[in-house]
Amino acid sequence: MVDEQTIQPEIIVRGIPAAPGISIGPVYLFTKDTPLPVEKALKPEEVEQEIERLKAAIAKSEKELTKILNFAKGRIGESKAKIFEAQIMILQDALLLSSIIKRIRQEHLNGEFIVHNEIGKYEKLMMMAHDDYMHERAHDVDDLKNRIIRNMQANKLVSKFDSAAIVVAHNLTPADTMILSRNNVLGYATDKGGITSHAAILSRALKIPAVLGLGDISRRVATGNLMILDGYSGTILIHPTADQIKEYEIKRETYLRFASTLEKFKSLPAKTKDGRKIELAANIEFEEELEHIILQGADGVGLYRTESMLIGRDTIPSEEEQYQIYKMIVERVYPRRVIIRTFDIGGDKIAPHTIEEANPFLGWRGIRIFLDHPELLMDQLRAIFRASTRKNVAVMFPMVSTVEEVIRAKEFIARVKAELKSNKFKFDSNIQIGVMIEVPSAAVTSDIISKEVDFLSIGTNDLIQYLMAVDRGNNIISELYQEFHPSVIRTIKHIIDAGHQNGKWVGMCGEMAGDPLATILLLGLELDEFSVVSAILPEIKKIIRTVTFSDAQKIAKKVLKMNTASEVQTFLKSTMRKIFADIPIENNDN
Amino acid sequence: MHEIEVIIKNRAGLHTRPAAALVKTAAKYKSDLFIYKDGLEINGKSIIGVMTLAAEQGSTLLLRFDGDDEKEAAKAVVELFEKGFNEL
Repeated sequence: MVDEQTIQPEIIVRGIPAAPGISIGPVYLFTKDTPLPVEKALKPEEVEQEIERLKAAIAKSEKELTKILNFAKGRIGESKAKIFEAQIMILQDALLLSSIIKRIRQEHLNGEFIVHNEIGKYEKLMMMAHDDYMHERAHDVDDLKNRIIRNMQANKLVSKFDSAAIVVAHNLTPADTMILSRNNVLGYATDKGGITSHAAILSRALKIPAVLGLGDISRRVATGNLMILDGYSGTILIHPTADQIKEYEIKRETYLRFASTLEKFKSLPAKTKDGRKIELAANIEFEEELEHIILQGADGVGLYRTESMLIGRDTIPSEEEQYQIYKMIVERVYPRRVIIRTFDIGGDKIAPHTIEEANPFLGWRGIRIFLDHPELLMDQLRAIFRASTRKNVAVMFPMVSTVEEVIRAKEFIARVKAELKSNKFKFDSNIQIGVMIEVPSAAVTSDIISKEVDFLSIGTNDLIQYLMAVDRGNNIISELYQEFHPSVIRTIKHIIDAGHQNGKWVGMCGEMAGDPLATILLLGLELDEFSVVSAILPEIKKIIRTVTFSDAQKIAKKVLKMNTASEVQTFLKSTMRKIFADIPIENNDN
Repeated sequence: MHEIEVIIKNRAGLHTRPAAALVKTAAKYKSDLFIYKDGLEINGKSIIGVMTLAAEQGSTLLLRFDGDDEKEAAKAVVELFEKGFNEL
């Protein structure tokens, strides 16, 4: 099956790492190119028969989608399965059907062509909207249109394969991702899509490694080609050499072996050799991750990204719906703590009402939206407070830039508390209130802000972007995004010191908290809490448990005197190599 | 013919659920319902059409009812908008 690989040159393609893991195996090329239906004239006596064919295809499509909907409900949960409900509703649109039938009768043209043309009109209108939500809907409509056409042509979409394979496709719709997962899927690789696309979210929920946004991968491989998919770094190797296969098998094993050596750390506290206890928590987006973070030995949830609730839906959940979700999470994590961050929307994140802004990152996002829409903030705060009866909930506001915003947010909290009290709801009146420090103005004034809150949590991803004026998604300048730049390190030190001088604890929930290369430095800067992606948690714990706080302080002191990011990185890498021989340090220099 | 302007009051605008409610209500009457927004004419009895509107909170729509029971149809549909599709 993979004979040709020995003569084909290997090809390396980089994409977006969307779900972690390494897979090595044959490709299954999933093609569902719906050929542009050709316009075909019908004889008068063929018209009614054509309409019957259309109706049968619609009935079949509805049956298929209902099956997918039910399957999805079981595997990924009711709320994420909603994506498929809208498609079914469109299939039941009587007016749409009658206008298609009318056109077949009047124009005497084949059904596929009319379906393509008629549904395509709506699709185009949706694509014209400057709104991600509408674009997603357009893709759903396109998927639906192709399904009907395929069923009219009795072109069976082959979504079954026998042995384990890496699925390669131009684009995976939510329906494809779900239906393919009935097979033994080793990984997903697609031309299109990004970290927040439905395919990415679903593959993480399904725990299948995925690399998306690979450009034209689907045109470069054939079913049966051997492929390596690295969901950690976002790399694909087609026709790998024997050496490369070996290398990746080793990498996979290193990860697995390292993961197994971490097993014993799971039940141990994150404490340095000389006894400094660190709170090592996990970041979560979805309820499905809870089981994993508890298994990984997290001290709690340091960042619950509530905006993930908005993915795949077009409304902000009601207070009651939010309450149910928070309550469930809080109960499962108890007695550990859950820090719930209010919706962080805007910037590059989902916005339910898309307002066009010249510069969304410097625009209406995070707490700014919610202070302008107190009713949304109040709904969310009520839900969070109602879920706090176990006394293990903290609340945190994103994108704060001034102390006045904090004071206003606290006024809303006071109102929510008074309201809940008068309505006889139970809640924890001593709930801790914190803010994310991710805007330079808030970082510089973190001493002022500290006085108003119980804790600070440093959001490094945005902080670095704003501090260095660099959009890390912009390839031309992304190398200026330097988490080890002296300005970043000094700012972090300033924030931690400001918090401590005011008796407040300081955590970090950005990616830097989960970078093993940064752990000792952050320890030495006296960070109190690390909140990281759960996959990396045991590794960070191992580092914390292997060093002493006093050594870490010395290392931090040295780093603070350095002039460039590369100097810092080189020093930290050699320090790490001296202390840990077995930690796989990702080479992220590419 | 009966024309009336409505403003979308519910937070999330005319997304899937309100769109479905609107279509269902309009379908109960014989009269046609056309919705106008930004130069677009949409048949109010078609879910795919209403979904295409992308009408967010605060936007104004012109509704045109045409038929024997246009007054009754208008009353029922306008009430839906007034109540913010029960999402207020």
